[in-house]
Amino acid sequence: MKNPLDSLWGTVICGLILTLILHNVIAHALGG
Amino acid sequence: MDWVPAISRWIHFMAGVMWIGLLYYFNFVNVAAAKAAAADGTGAGISKHVVPRALFWFRWGAVVTWLAGASLLSRHFLDAFLFLNKAYYPIGIGAWLGTIMLFNVWVLIWPNQKKILGMVQATDEEKNKARRVGFLASRTNTMLSIPMLYFMAAGGHSALFFG
Repeated sequence: MKNPLDSLWGTVICGLILTLILHNVIAHALGG
Repeated sequence: MDWVPAISRWIHFMAGVMWIGLLYYFNFVNVAAAKAAAADGTGAGISKHVVPRALFWFRWGAVVTWLAGASLLSRHFLDAFLFLNKAYYPIGIGAWLGTIMLFNVWVLIWPNQKKILGMVQATDEEKNKARRVGFLASRTNTMLSIPMLYFMAAGGHSALFFG
């Protein structure tokens, strides 16, 4: 499997997915 | 006006733009430009005149950004980093991501760039390894900058982002 960080857009998509995951973790922790 | 947090916030923004702006320059512009320049034999100017100057402002911008951010948190530093107070959860995530990125700059990117640019002795094999490690650390920081900026924006605006 190719490393997504080798591609600029793979990097951006990974960043967006990580944002979504962390958003949900914090929203849950804040009781939202 | 409360001068210390106000000036800290201002400096945090300016240095952050310098740091992340240069990170995006490296990833969105320079990687492709250096590859194209190497192919037509015009890359020497970039690695000799552009990259060392960009790296100087990049690595020190990172330090100033982190220090101004720490000053901004001041007595709430541990609330953010240890997640002791819910109000500081979003900025805590941003602060941790920024700290990991600062680590990557000084421990992975800069030492490897010194080998690539010939500022320290390295064999061709060591330079090739340095290119790969430095590249992946830089790409990791680009990836981490996306949630980091999200949580910086969310800090102090929890109702907007998590309401």
